[in-house]
Amino acid sequence: MILILFQILAEGLPILRLSFFLDRAKSMGREGGILTTIIGTMAITIVAIIVATPLGVGTAIFLREYTREGRTSRVIRFGTDCLAGVPSIIFGLFGFVFFVIYLNMGWSILSGGLTLAAMILPTIICTTEEAIKTIPYSYREVSYSLGGTKWQTVIRAILPSALPGIFTGVILSVGRSIGETAAIILTAGSSLVMPTSLFSPIRTMAVHFYILAREGISMEMAYGTGAALILLVLFVNLIANWLLNRYIRHLS
Amino acid sequence: MYQESKIVIHGFNFYYDSLRALKNIELHIRPNEIFAIFGPARSGKTTLLKSLNRLTDLIFGARHTGTILLDGKDIYDRKLGLTQLRRRVGIVFDLPTPLPMSIFENVAYGPKLGGKNKKCLNEIVERALLSAALWDEVKDRLHTSALRLSGGQQQRLCIARVVALEPEVLLLDEPCSGLDPISTASIEETLVQLKKDYTIILVPHNIQQASRVADRAGFFLNGDLVEEGPVYQIFAKPRDKRTEDYVTGRFG
Repeated sequence: MILILFQILAEGLPILRLSFFLDRAKSMGREGGILTTIIGTMAITIVAIIVATPLGVGTAIFLREYTREGRTSRVIRFGTDCLAGVPSIIFGLFGFVFFVIYLNMGWSILSGGLTLAAMILPTIICTTEEAIKTIPYSYREVSYSLGGTKWQTVIRAILPSALPGIFTGVILSVGRSIGETAAIILTAGSSLVMPTSLFSPIRTMAVHFYILAREGISMEMAYGTGAALILLVLFVNLIANWLLNRYIRHLS
Repeated sequence: MYQESKIVIHGFNFYYDSLRALKNIELHIRPNEIFAIFGPARSGKTTLLKSLNRLTDLIFGARHTGTILLDGKDIYDRKLGLTQLRRRVGIVFDLPTPLPMSIFENVAYGPKLGGKNKKCLNEIVERALLSAALWDEVKDRLHTSALRLSGGQQQRLCIARVVALEPEVLLLDEPCSGLDPISTASIEETLVQLKKDYTIILVPHNIQQASRVADRAGFFLNGDLVEEGPVYQIFAKPRDKRTEDYVTGRFG
């Protein structure tokens, strides 16, 4: 673990300077920077999170608060469990056939983001459900006894207490989205052009790294991208941790 | 009789699946009295309390027969709003159950759900905390978490939270279990104060407590209401042998 990190950082860090982050790639990535891939990574991750979070949290609330254990909830839960075990390339294939071709979205941020959303949905549902499970029954009883409706109880008593758990799920999903390659090559393409809209094709940092190394374009730049990727994930986690701690301190 | 009773319970049976928890209860509660419901564990005390504001609706597989009238109106009538009923009949549980938010937010929770605006919230919260005899202890830290209060303070907070709804009836389910004698004394004092404005039904912590604060009492055993009457009578010369055995400590 530490060896891997050390290897990539040792090879990659010397490449990193401000211009590496702020310049576009030149001649297939042999020179220049990785600006477009950073923007691509962020855009596609944001789309995925924005789509998957409300859907996943909503599903979990439905399963926990609005249905009793029964046929419906069993079928939904079985479905999400299966979804969680599907390899990402299969999601890529699905996204390629459904979003890219059938819905005619082309290779784009939107297609990629929606595919990633489908991929991270089980994680978000599962972590949210676990978070809701740990909320004491008394919170619900109190909220109802004070004249709360079901909806008010969910919004004001359950969600705030489940938020740290939901947040953890979202952060895990961000990590997965940032690191994904197979599904993204198939659905968002690998263009190095600066994206202008949700329908622009992009290349993410992970895909850039893969292509640089796989096609033997530049190992140096590949390591640089890898190091930048590690720093980005680290950065996201640090910020998330900080926010989470602040929120928990506010709660207790 | 029907006119002068706040609550009339008539031929009330309650079942958890096949278990009959309350058997043919006949009981009249007068306005502005403290009525104590006492008896050994599993005698149906909590079930009766929770039936009075229909928290039993949350329990899967529970059903009832008979009627409960509040001010002459059937509380199980579909036309009577459920949230409206719970606002009129407030409950305090046996364990303190503060929600994980600030003291202020806890007390304001119910009024906020009822759509009270921000301006009058300050006033409502202050008045509720005053009548629960908690204001002086917390007025300087209203916005710190309610979870940091001591057990006795938390329980008085729960009373304040219910009082903030300005209900007509207060249900208290062993509000002093797990509290030390000093906290208990301050809660009992609070109850006697509150009697002026509310009808109170109390499941006392023990028989001494019932005789200290209650006007009338009813003895429950295995879902039967064995005997009811003024406290001085029921504890000094009970009519029923079973009540006598219980109050003199021969069983239970």
